[in-house]
Amino acid sequence: MDTASAPPLAAPLDIAFDYTRSLGPVLGRFMTGLRDRRVLGARTADGRVHVPPLEYDPATHTPITELVPVSPTGTVTSWTWTDRPLDGQPLDRPFGWALIRLDGADTALLHAVDAGARESMRTGMRVRVRWAAERSGDIRDIACFEPDSGPPHSPDGTTSGAPGTNGAPAAGADPATSVDPVIGIVTPIRLSYTHTASAEESRYLHALSEGRLLGQRCPACRKVYVPPRVCPADGVPTEEEVPVRDHGTVTTFCVVNVPFAGQRLEPPYVVAQVLLDGADIPIPHLIIGQAGDVRMGMRVAAVWRDRATWTTTPENIAHFRPTGEPDAPYESYQEHL
Amino acid sequence: MNPAVAVIGFAQAPCRPSAGTTSGVETLVPLFHQALSAAHLDRREVDFWCSGSSDYLAGRAFSFVNAIDAIGAYPPICESHVEMDAAWAFYEAYVKILAGEAETALVYGFGKSSAGLLRRVLALQLDPYVTAPLWPDSVSVAALQARLAIDAGVVTEQAMAEVAARSRADATTNPYAQVSGQPTVDELVATPYLADPLRAHDCAPVSDGAAALVLAAGERARRHREQPAWISGVAHRVDPQGLGERDLTTVPSATAAAEAVALPADLDVAELHAPFTHQELLLRTALGLGDRVRINPSGGALCGNPMFSAGLARIGAAAEQVMTGQARRAAGHATSGPALQQNLICVLEARS
Repeated sequence: MDTASAPPLAAPLDIAFDYTRSLGPVLGRFMTGLRDRRVLGARTADGRVHVPPLEYDPATHTPITELVPVSPTGTVTSWTWTDRPLDGQPLDRPFGWALIRLDGADTALLHAVDAGARESMRTGMRVRVRWAAERSGDIRDIACFEPDSGPPHSPDGTTSGAPGTNGAPAAGADPATSVDPVIGIVTPIRLSYTHTASAEESRYLHALSEGRLLGQRCPACRKVYVPPRVCPADGVPTEEEVPVRDHGTVTTFCVVNVPFAGQRLEPPYVVAQVLLDGADIPIPHLIIGQAGDVRMGMRVAAVWRDRATWTTTPENIAHFRPTGEPDAPYESYQEHL
Repeated sequence: MNPAVAVIGFAQAPCRPSAGTTSGVETLVPLFHQALSAAHLDRREVDFWCSGSSDYLAGRAFSFVNAIDAIGAYPPICESHVEMDAAWAFYEAYVKILAGEAETALVYGFGKSSAGLLRRVLALQLDPYVTAPLWPDSVSVAALQARLAIDAGVVTEQAMAEVAARSRADATTNPYAQVSGQPTVDELVATPYLADPLRAHDCAPVSDGAAALVLAAGERARRHREQPAWISGVAHRVDPQGLGERDLTTVPSATAAAEAVALPADLDVAELHAPFTHQELLLRTALGLGDRVRINPSGGALCGNPMFSAGLARIGAAAEQVMTGQARRAAGHATSGPALQQNLICVLEARS
């Protein structure tokens, strides 16, 4: 295959992580309330009730202390329709996004409405909370909203048409004194990307799939980069391809003694910077064999995996092994530390 | 007294549905050359470099550090970064020059919007406790704002389509635009909804791209550019994060920013960063722009919206109008966050 003219390589890059957030007094009580199937609003000094709650009064800048129950029913103030839900959204069938002002609140909450069809959505429509069967104290304890045919409700269950003025306590325990209050949330994040390499990187990766190491020389400073990159000292693309040997010199190293998530080898093992013969920048890799004896200047050679498994990845090299040659003199790598 | 500061160079990469590497380095190298060459400045004469980009677009941590390769950071440079549109990096560089800590600066923004599913990635800019865990996508959030504006009688779907038609027609002469054409308003309003009440033409395309802009102080600017675009004011303001906490049919932060820069009534041109048609209409009202002001002769973000550089590109396009003598006085606007939450305005003018 003519790798010089091949299109740049691209590959899926899926990342996932959990955000763990502590909540503080206001959001903690709000989330505890959701777990107990109650919606609480934050009352500011002007008497307005905010759902979702604010933690500080935007006018007086004082911390919010008064949380009041609001109704699980409300009115849609704006909406749109989603035909094809995205990963992570509240419903996996077509649904409406809406801003919803709950009865007893003065501000609107963003959430999903399980309305079945776009034609069912309208500004002013009445909706009610559909609680999740299992609740853990986060916003998704509200599974979604659903159309509601009843009249406006007050927080204590009686009908009322006076939003924002009803401070009557709801039945049930006050979340402020709830046993096992919610103090944090965990939000899983899953994102999918297509990572695209440069043309130079692609040629380097194609060469790896053939068991070759390819560097590129900067036209300005003449340094050879492996893998190729825009010269970070001169800000110009590298152009001239330079074969690099799979033997090199350890410039520096560390012994990994600490286990961590995703670790592939059992500690202790050695991670070293290896200056390949012909290159001007070292690459990080593993040294296996004589682990206790790894030192600066040690000569090493790449140990390739089984040729049948080679692909366009640096993982084709399993690790480096000491060659037993005499150590390289310090002067030969002192510029590359 | 504060030194006068001017834009003396601008360059942008063409907006494309998919272009370049995730890192952006290969796109930035020629861009820097173009912007510096327009400013008659060598890269080693740049006192301060400042960028806007986001790890959420690249899908990896500290992605902006990788992009510094494109500068050639040896000997060491003075550099900074904002995780916002590069218009806010522009603000940082402007203040840096005003403070006397730099005489020249290069500001750049970049991002490969197409690497992930952009409208889903943008859910992560929302409130992380009660909103982002629901993954509302950016187009749906904009649609909620559009409906409020329609229900309030502030905009109409017809007026929104007129914005799209004008923008696409203007973009036919902009080689950097991704979308252009001569659609009629009737054709546009006959198309299906994408996110009711938004149609495809109401939404900016997903664009890969980048922009770079060169600033210089006083005498230095005069020395390097025949007609610098002098900055007579820059301000940015922010509205509350909660989507239900503000009246989404108004843009108080844009109005406040306009008041802070004393936005002149005799503007020739305004480049507005409005990724949705209704947002241009809301911004025109919020900024008090009359019919005499030419809006988005470039076609605007509706015809090319590279994340993290589209706002900077509005300032750059406004500056080009002044530097080329097409306008005496121009304004560049940038927005960041959902539903026009944050707004920045820069006024540029020619001086004889």
